[in-house]
Amino acid sequence: MSTLSERILGASAGEYVDRKVDRAYVHDGTGVLTLETWKQMGAERLSDLPEIYVCFDHIVPANNSTTATLQHELREFACGSFLHFSDIGGGICHQLMSEGIVLPGEVVVGADSHSCTPGAFGAFATGVGATDMAAIWLTGETWFRVPDSIGIHLSGSLKGGAEAKDLALSYVGRLTMDGGTYCALEFVGDGAKTLPMDDRLTLCNLSVETGAKTGMFYADDVTVNYLAAAGQKVRPQVPEPCTYSRELEFDLADIVPLVAVSPRVDKVKPVQDLAGLSLDQVFIGTCTNGRYSDLARLAKIVKGKKVAVRTIVVPASREVLAEAIRTGVLADLVGAGCTIGAPGCGPCLGAHMGVLGEGEVCLSTANRNFKNRMGVGGEIYLSSVATAAASALSGEITEPEVD
Amino acid sequence: MRGAGHAVCLGPDIDTDVIIAGRYLRTRDHSVWVSHVFEDLDAALAGQLNGAVIVAGKNFGCGSSREQAAIALREAGVSAVIAPSFARIFFRNAINVGLPVIECSLSCIEGETVRFDLADGWVAAGGSQYPVRPLSPRMREILTAGGLVNYWRGGR
Repeated sequence: MSTLSERILGASAGEYVDRKVDRAYVHDGTGVLTLETWKQMGAERLSDLPEIYVCFDHIVPANNSTTATLQHELREFACGSFLHFSDIGGGICHQLMSEGIVLPGEVVVGADSHSCTPGAFGAFATGVGATDMAAIWLTGETWFRVPDSIGIHLSGSLKGGAEAKDLALSYVGRLTMDGGTYCALEFVGDGAKTLPMDDRLTLCNLSVETGAKTGMFYADDVTVNYLAAAGQKVRPQVPEPCTYSRELEFDLADIVPLVAVSPRVDKVKPVQDLAGLSLDQVFIGTCTNGRYSDLARLAKIVKGKKVAVRTIVVPASREVLAEAIRTGVLADLVGAGCTIGAPGCGPCLGAHMGVLGEGEVCLSTANRNFKNRMGVGGEIYLSSVATAAASALSGEITEPEVD
Repeated sequence: MRGAGHAVCLGPDIDTDVIIAGRYLRTRDHSVWVSHVFEDLDAALAGQLNGAVIVAGKNFGCGSSREQAAIALREAGVSAVIAPSFARIFFRNAINVGLPVIECSLSCIEGETVRFDLADGWVAAGGSQYPVRPLSPRMREILTAGGLVNYWRGGR
């Protein structure tokens, strides 16, 4: 009788284990330091155990020549070592891992805190720093403390203007910024089965904002069908009765549109409490909400209208962008006055492509609203795509209309 | 695994973005991280860190996995960070770069001398001694080696 983490890691909560890593990934930010540290370890060869990926997503295309030089060195190394390499424009590492790469039951480690995202496939997926990743390059494995698990029981289905992002902000608000520390979040119950993969990815993505090691869904028919469409044949995972260290319950029908107020992701309020707050920028994208379904939902709301405030849309991957072109979603967004960025992280981390000025306020679909993150003196509020879309049209925080 | 320093007191939920901002990450020059450490929290802090023991509130190092946060503190001369709890990626990063991180609830008096001994498992300040949550055997080995680079370079 085990949690999903215990099953995948093959030990009980609290035990320390060394585990072979199935897939290991870095981006242009953490990859540079990983490479430098791996060389310092005296490495002459890469472990042939894990599949190693290098995905350029954080500052793409490079914003200055220092960044370009660092990226050049990492690109040369990745290509010269025959690693899986995704250059600028390919997309966000977590999204690429979610397009038919990560499979149920795998141990996946990324050098980025949001590497918890592909836990949505029933994998044990978590983030580490550059030096831990360098050791994985060297040895093909790493150590874990098998986490306690928090059961998040979902019932019902989402209604009205509410999205998975609102559910994500709900659980972050309940658990707070450290309520999940050292734990895994398991999303279970009949409500979990109603959620498509994109929603599951959004929910797992925010798990680290509670301090959690990962967020996980059991692979079910939704997972199997999603991966089948990407050419992967997998089997569902059957949940066993298990003991959770803590349990939360959510009826999805009760979820309402929410906003996380600057500068804390756990300071969550109903959109209507903030209605009318004037905005300087709206940003739709990131590993939280930059998938095709997000862009399609945005287009449905802004099509044929004009945004009232500068609105930056960054697709999470080339695949997402291509789909948005194919279906006409991109034309609708451009027609509504949105600015489209190259696939990647966009301005989320405050490096380029939409950094805020002193005193400016941004409503963002990302996952972090820390002080000064998107620019010194700028304030970030976090919301769903529907809330961001309605707010882009009015220029102020606005409750989305019910479908 | 034994040391001392003057206390620098910080609040809870210190995220790695305020330890070192994203705009300073893209460089190999570690001195850049030292000169901008905590800039978005309090620019005066950078000058107080040499020989310091940071005594912070819960959830220190939350947010981004950027290892530059732990490196910046180490290079700035911080002897240890003490907090009731840490974000797990920062905790691993700190040990991996040889920066002692100590789980302990300690009320902080600015400038007071704080001593610690990780082998014996205590922190002392203001004439009292406090127990700390012990590191796992693996983490102790890594920290004793001076970090994960040395740990692996030691011919394993």
